[in-house]
Amino acid sequence: MNDANVNPLPPMPLTMALVGQRVTFAGVRNAGRGLTHRLAEMGLTPGENLEILNRGSGPFIVSIKGSRFVLGRGMVHRILVRPG
Amino acid sequence: MTDKHFTIALAGNPNSGKTTVFNAITGARQHVGNYPGVTVEKKAGAATHGDVRLEVVDLPGTYSLTAYSIEEVVARNFLLNDKPDVVVDIVDSSNLERNLYLATQLMELGVPLVLAFNMSDVAEGRGYNIDDDKLAELLGVPIVKTVGHKGKGITELLDAALAVARDGQAVASQRHPNYGSEIEPHLKQLTGLVAEKCDKHRPRWFAIKLLENDAETIKRLRQACPQHIEELLAEAERLRRHIESICGDAAEIILADRRYGFISGACTEAVTQSVEVRHERSDKIDSVMTNRYLGLPIFALLMFLVFQLTFFMGNPLVDLLDSGKGLLAEAVGGLWGESGADSVLRSLLVDGIIEGVGAVMVFTPLIMLLFLAIAFLEDSGYMARAAFVIDRLMHKIGLHGKSFIPMLIGFGCTVPGIMATRTLETRRDRLTTILVLPLMSCGARLPIYVLILGAFFPVNTVLRLFGILPVTNHALWLFLIYIIGIALAIICAKIFRATLLKGEATPFVMELPPYRMPTLKGLAIHMWERTWLYIKKAGTIILAIVVVLWALAYWPKLGEEKLVVFEQRRAAVQADAHPDKEQTAELLAEIDAAEHEAKLEHSAIGRAGKTIAPVFKPCGFDWKISTATIGAFAAKEVFVGQMGVLYSVGDDVDEESVDLREKLAAKYTPLMGFCIMLFSLISMPCMVTVAVTVREAGWRWALLQVTYLTALAWVLTTIVYQVGSRLI
Ligand SMILES: Nc1nc2c(ncn2[C@@H]2O[C@H](COP(=O)(O)OP(=O)(O)O)[C@@H](O)[C@H]2O)c(=O)[nH]1
Repeated sequence: MNDANVNPLPPMPLTMALVGQRVTFAGVRNAGRGLTHRLAEMGLTPGENLEILNRGSGPFIVSIKGSRFVLGRGMVHRILVRPG
Repeated sequence: MTDKHFTIALAGNPNSGKTTVFNAITGARQHVGNYPGVTVEKKAGAATHGDVRLEVVDLPGTYSLTAYSIEEVVARNFLLNDKPDVVVDIVDSSNLERNLYLATQLMELGVPLVLAFNMSDVAEGRGYNIDDDKLAELLGVPIVKTVGHKGKGITELLDAALAVARDGQAVASQRHPNYGSEIEPHLKQLTGLVAEKCDKHRPRWFAIKLLENDAETIKRLRQACPQHIEELLAEAERLRRHIESICGDAAEIILADRRYGFISGACTEAVTQSVEVRHERSDKIDSVMTNRYLGLPIFALLMFLVFQLTFFMGNPLVDLLDSGKGLLAEAVGGLWGESGADSVLRSLLVDGIIEGVGAVMVFTPLIMLLFLAIAFLEDSGYMARAAFVIDRLMHKIGLHGKSFIPMLIGFGCTVPGIMATRTLETRRDRLTTILVLPLMSCGARLPIYVLILGAFFPVNTVLRLFGILPVTNHALWLFLIYIIGIALAIICAKIFRATLLKGEATPFVMELPPYRMPTLKGLAIHMWERTWLYIKKAGTIILAIVVVLWALAYWPKLGEEKLVVFEQRRAAVQADAHPDKEQTAELLAEIDAAEHEAKLEHSAIGRAGKTIAPVFKPCGFDWKISTATIGAFAAKEVFVGQMGVLYSVGDDVDEESVDLREKLAAKYTPLMGFCIMLFSLISMPCMVTVAVTVREAGWRWALLQVTYLTALAWVLTTIVYQVGSRLI
């Protein structure tokens, strides 16, 4: 939210993040309300940290609030993150 | 309080151990049904605690109480409409923050609540130090630590639940998230409006849901207070806009964020962690299981092992039951003695029920082992990994890895597979998955394959895996059949995605539960629930069908004048007194067989079969197989039962009861056997599958499913038979 504006780095798609990297969730593009809301309920709200554990040839495995999630390939293209 | 009867609802995230706790509370006293109007399973059970009777309802596992899935709607509506006396939220305390999210929603809903901090052993192992008294105070809700599979803390949990159920004021002491100065005043205002115009009991809950623009709530309020709904909606919309303009995000996102803020605030005060270890072991296993290169080979090997072990251990048991069935048939048949050959009751019992239902029942061990293996994959947490690993392949056919879980369940039974498609995000994905799901060869088709393989392909060991585990040719044949099913599913899915169900792949999210060693009890319960359905089906639907089929095969009887002909031929052979005893016996057997055949052809089913047989002629099927394949529509395993009946009605009493397999082997060729397997694999799904598809997708899709599969089965089988019979 507001602290997102404080972070100077522009958001990038999650696909550009590397395995082992910790990034900050910045938002979802091209997504309906429902999807954004569901991500928020999972714990992925703006400013939340996520760590990339595995990137297969499409989906990623990430850690959010201590839980492991598979994010499908459509998802990783839409999720925007900031490094750090 | 004098009331000695309470209703407890169990809520909780998937994988929090809810089923385990439910089983620990209710033991074997459970009944499974459906929630009205939807195919979500409703499990309930009875228990007594002290002198209080409890009705325990297991709500569907959900992460939240929004209305994004049928499960969430069902859980929510149960809480709103049935008003249980107390709700027990099963929380995975080794993953507190995310699990408490549901708890905050339950608190906002204003239900009497107790939190079961389950998996407390795991939490401790991970170095979490949870001050549950403090946390209970911060949340205003009693907390009881439990270890589900050990039954630890269950008594205390029920004590706490009853205390809350009896205490009318429990809800009032609950805390709930405070949404801060930007939102809270507006929320209060809307709450006031809801209370005044519409609902006095849960105004805050409805106000929050209106702010979240929750469709289900809007529908509900529209019914409850039609004259004020527009006013409420307008006010909610105004507030949403206002919140969005000052906070920069949609109201529902802010609310979710604040709930997590509330939780993390409470946890910071009450939970300390000595070491950072969460998931460490799981992550290590995952680095192998989901490895880029190893993932797929491991997956393929596991699938192969599942089937191989199922057969390796199952087949001897099947043979054992089969001989048991033979003995039973003999014993029951023997009650009539020599003179009973014409007894209708004897034929009904022996030829109809024992042969028909028995043929299905003897395969129970195989079904049980298959369900056991699937339960193991589910309970251990591997299933979700398989979905990740297989995503690349699934993507090629326009689906994603998550669609694979319903398909894998479909190997056990198509019906729960179809229900499991609910977790898929879009209708396109759901429909494609449902359409091709019947191609995942279900457990009920297994008896057909095993019967055929046993008849035509003498079993032998072709290689030894790891030098010990024997792999039989049967296992390889079966593998081939399954692979054909999967290959066809891939092709068909691709075609559907390119034509009827066009569209780009949808984004998906799926939680990976930590790996857990499944408990024996958990596996046993999972396996038994599904196996019991199979047995129940054999004792009800299949019994009924088999009796009808038997009657159709028994009547009308061959006229005396025809029977006399056979008698005369028999007498002639015996009178001949051929020196070669064996040859005489052979001739007699031939006459018996011819008589049997004539009786069957004369019966109602024989005539019906003959009428439809031309349709199946190109597939290489005679009228008996044709009728059996049609009977298989009722339930796949009926095929086996029906063949059992067709090949035993009219048999002589004292004739050595020849195994059905031997009869088949004598009558058909291996190519025909293969064609039967192929047709059974592909052709129309069973009645129950069709019914569930109608319910989940609508009758048009169900109709499409039945027609395309049957047409495909006919065409492919015909090709295989025609080409095969020319080559061989
Ligand atoms: N270590 C540990 N395992 C548990 C506990 N409760 C349940 N389990 C295991 O967790 C797994 C998932 O449990 P289940 O009841 O099927 O979860 P559900 O999805 O919430 O119904 C099973 O393998 C259980 O044996 C617990 O308190 N401690």
